[in-house]
Amino acid sequence: MKKDTISVAQKTAKKNAFAVYMRDNWQLYAMLLLPMLHLIVFKYLSYAGLSVAFMDYKVAKGFFESEFVGFEIFEKIFKHRDFGVAVRNTLLLNVLDLIFSFPMPIILALLLNEIRVKWFKKTTQTMLYLPHFLSWVVIGSVAYQMFGLSNGVVNALIANAGSSPIPFLQEDAWWLVTYVIIGIWQTMGWGTIIYLAAITNVNAELYEAAKVDGANRWQQCLNVTLPCIRSTVVIMLIMQLGKVMGGSFERILALSNAKVTEFTTTIPVLVYRWGIQSSKFSDSTALGLFQSVIGVALVLIADRVAKKLGEDGLL
Amino acid sequence: MSNQRVERIEFNKKGWNKSRVVNLIVDIFCGLIVAIASLSCVLPFVHIAAKSVSEEAFVVANKVFLLPKGFQLDAYNKIFHDASILRSMYVTVVVTVTFTLIGMILTVFASYALTRKELKGRKVMTTMIMVTYYFVAGAIPDYLLINNLGMLDTWWCLILPLCFAPYNFLIMKNNFQSAIPESLFESARLDGATHFTILTKIVLPLSKPILATIALFYAVGRWNAYSDALYYIKQNTDLRPLQLKLYYLIVAATESFQGEVTATQVLTNPEVLQAACIMFAAIPIICVYPFIQKYFVQGTMVGAVKG
Repeated sequence: MKKDTISVAQKTAKKNAFAVYMRDNWQLYAMLLLPMLHLIVFKYLSYAGLSVAFMDYKVAKGFFESEFVGFEIFEKIFKHRDFGVAVRNTLLLNVLDLIFSFPMPIILALLLNEIRVKWFKKTTQTMLYLPHFLSWVVIGSVAYQMFGLSNGVVNALIANAGSSPIPFLQEDAWWLVTYVIIGIWQTMGWGTIIYLAAITNVNAELYEAAKVDGANRWQQCLNVTLPCIRSTVVIMLIMQLGKVMGGSFERILALSNAKVTEFTTTIPVLVYRWGIQSSKFSDSTALGLFQSVIGVALVLIADRVAKKLGEDGLL
Repeated sequence: MSNQRVERIEFNKKGWNKSRVVNLIVDIFCGLIVAIASLSCVLPFVHIAAKSVSEEAFVVANKVFLLPKGFQLDAYNKIFHDASILRSMYVTVVVTVTFTLIGMILTVFASYALTRKELKGRKVMTTMIMVTYYFVAGAIPDYLLINNLGMLDTWWCLILPLCFAPYNFLIMKNNFQSAIPESLFESARLDGATHFTILTKIVLPLSKPILATIALFYAVGRWNAYSDALYYIKQNTDLRPLQLKLYYLIVAATESFQGEVTATQVLTNPEVLQAACIMFAAIPIICVYPFIQKYFVQGTMVGAVKG
């Protein structure tokens, strides 16, 4: 009997506590309503759509009537001729970016750090940031205007110098070069921000000590600045490595044309071609899922490696 | 940092000794490379701008470099008479404004609620949001979803799917956490302030820089993106945003300009018109970015701390 009253009292107390908690905090849940609804509808329902990769999806039959086929779709796309090409191109373009685009912001940041005239530094930085703010369509359009065979200003200058015109965007090998150069150009300015911030955090006493030891500016840069921003460089490199299976669809699309076909078929392009242009939804979803899974795996590996190296990691 | 620089200069004031000459050469060398790099970022646009206002004959003969030759505004005149280009600019503006507004509301609400310790299950919900940053379903599941929601070829497919970005949420949440002291919340709660009051009267006024940063991330991102429009806007050509229109006009070159063809048609070569079109799409950003770059720099650095 006594036991019962206690438990009833506890229950009402609990109920009251909950009522008080809700009275005080219902607004928090109200605030979360819309973001969570958005998350569930646009992200998690989209995850449900991944099931298309495991069925022989027919638009007429819909999600529930289409036949479940397990990993058959994957087996099919892995054997597809374009699949190997797309994987090769995705890796090729990203590795080239990694080799050529990655070091440029570091070099620029070191150079900017040596500049003492304030207005000059500020002005050049603002100019360097411009490509980051423009869309890939605008950049691609500018590239077509600049690198055109007969009308491009670059080829006009080359012709003035007496050489024959270069098919920058019209021949596969040259297209690859142009693609990489535009990538360097687009990222070099914005990339300096992280490194400049890291350089500002370098202890000024280290420079003093180096100067006492008779180090010149080149030696200071090599022996003080670079070792001090090493961890930032490593983090950025690992993050970049994690993206080696990704790549911007918009960039490829804005720079590709009918004349160059060798290197432009990357995974996102193939997803678009199979899915939107040929309505092969299952194949395309499986290909996208393949890319996403590899992407996540690479990010996780990159994070592990960063932590092993004694860095903070990404996650 | 700056101290060390000043000293370095003073150290060298003793006259034209060797180290001063070397220093000067290093300065000039660094300055030169930086100058070349930064000019390479700007000159292409100067060139396109010059092309867009030059006489066609000079452009075709490759005589236009950085200064216009034979000034004309026919190309711009044509653009401002092309209903479909104007329409796409209108679509872009409307979509960008709505997108940014909705995105800000969602991001602010989620960031505030998920920084409050009183909230139960905030770890789970934060993880749920961040999972979507690292793992995306991909283009086709998104496309099928938009299709099933009946949003293809509507305004909403350009506004809703991307308007809550986990990366922006993370930056704002971290900022709310670090920039606003916990004691402020507690005293406000003791005074009986509700969460809405705390958010509007304390948190938002204290977070203006980060609000500007995130709003600009949303706005510039939306302004520049075109691949979602390429996927979702098919039949309803009236809903093509500016970037997609530009893509069809110049990169894919599958469309031609619609401007009224008059008897005094002066432009026959597409080059000048294309240049003017590029400038039309790029000028809003070029005019605005020098003033908003500092917010972007801040946001990028906050994001880099824990991305």
